[in-house]
Amino acid sequence: MDIVTATIQWLADPANWQGANGIPARLEEHVALSGASLLVSALFALPLGLYIGHTGRFSWLVVSSANAWRALPSFAVIGLLVPFTTVIDPNLGFTLYPTLIAMIILAGPPLLVNSYQGVASVDRDLVEAARGMGMRERQILTGVEIPIALPVIGTGIRLAAVQVVATATLGSIFGFGGLGRYIILGNDNHNNGEQFGGVVLVAVLALATFGLFALIERRLVSPGLSARTGG
Amino acid sequence: MNGEPLIRWDWIGSHLGAIGDRVGQHLQLAAIAIVVGFVISFALATISIRERRLYPVVAVSATVAYTIPSFAMFAALVAITGLTTVTAEVPLVLYTFVLLVPNIVAGFDSVSPDVLDAADGMGFSRAQRWRRVELPLAVPLIVAGLRLATVSTIGLVTVSAVIGNSFGGLGYYILDGYNRQFSTEILVGGLLSIALAVAADLGFVLIQRFLTPWARARAAVR
Repeated sequence: MDIVTATIQWLADPANWQGANGIPARLEEHVALSGASLLVSALFALPLGLYIGHTGRFSWLVVSSANAWRALPSFAVIGLLVPFTTVIDPNLGFTLYPTLIAMIILAGPPLLVNSYQGVASVDRDLVEAARGMGMRERQILTGVEIPIALPVIGTGIRLAAVQVVATATLGSIFGFGGLGRYIILGNDNHNNGEQFGGVVLVAVLALATFGLFALIERRLVSPGLSARTGG
Repeated sequence: MNGEPLIRWDWIGSHLGAIGDRVGQHLQLAAIAIVVGFVISFALATISIRERRLYPVVAVSATVAYTIPSFAMFAALVAITGLTTVTAEVPLVLYTFVLLVPNIVAGFDSVSPDVLDAADGMGFSRAQRWRRVELPLAVPLIVAGLRLATVSTIGLVTVSAVIGNSFGGLGYYILDGYNRQFSTEILVGGLLSIALAVAADLGFVLIQRFLTPWARARAAVR
């Protein structure tokens, strides 16, 4: 009960909601880093996945990246980047870059695999029909394949977003701020309220990300498709 | 870092015994989590197959647990269960459910009703049918789930280093190397933990071949 009270007190304390170490500032750091890495990753992974799915070329790349992804522990990846990023910049290379780069890597495979699978699994008869109607390849991709593949691509984006938001917490161990910082500080200062406050904030943010992207997914999918898959 | 060379081989040479101990600890922490996680997942999957209404509840709970960051869960448990192996194992076990339960359920679902009818026609009892027909046919998907869970668990063991020096397996070196700005330690811990995950992944390919000889025979006929 002691921990619960301490946590509630810490979360309710107005002093913890202002300044550079305040909850809004840490939340912003956390979300900014997650958003930036997701965006950069999507810029590369989505077009590549769509291209591979549409043409069927280089599909081995998708399989091997999915396999490599599973074997790459983020904790090790962030750590392994440190000796190299500190060569580029002794300060940011020790605090920001390792987490940022690791999160870009982490988001890639779910985006790549799902955009590939979504497009590749579109009924080939539909694609042939579109071609027969005189649609260009680009039109087939944007007008037929992507709308049909959207639920699968959306799932990939949600998986990537949740993974990144949750895993960015590890960045706090490696000098990055974000909400995980409270877990470290609380531990160092023997402040249970701060430590558990951090745990609660991080868990809530991860679950909120999950819910938000699930909602967006539902909005984006064509009503015709969702009616069919909904049975 | 600190103008030191990237790798100091002499440090590795003089710490081989300790590195070996950490590899052992890493594998032990992972193995306990996978065995316990598999037993619980199997029970959860079996219940879900019997009572279909429970499956969404089980699946959603597993997904929610998986969403909670590992670092947060380890940190939270320290305050409850202290610096014990339980603190390291509980999150690792919880994270296996999301990978194992759906695969075990899908494995049993993949057994065709015709095959079950044939088994009944041959006079198998329910228990015999389960052990000699359903279980072997479910093996490929169950092993696929185990493979995912093993690789993921080996990765997550590194995070348990945040509990304290006596945990984390190879993750200890990553954390200690970062805190001391000593790249040799980071590289040893990071590269070896990735190597363990890859080796476990390959090991499962072999186990699957061994457990499902008919799959290879069928592939050969084709």
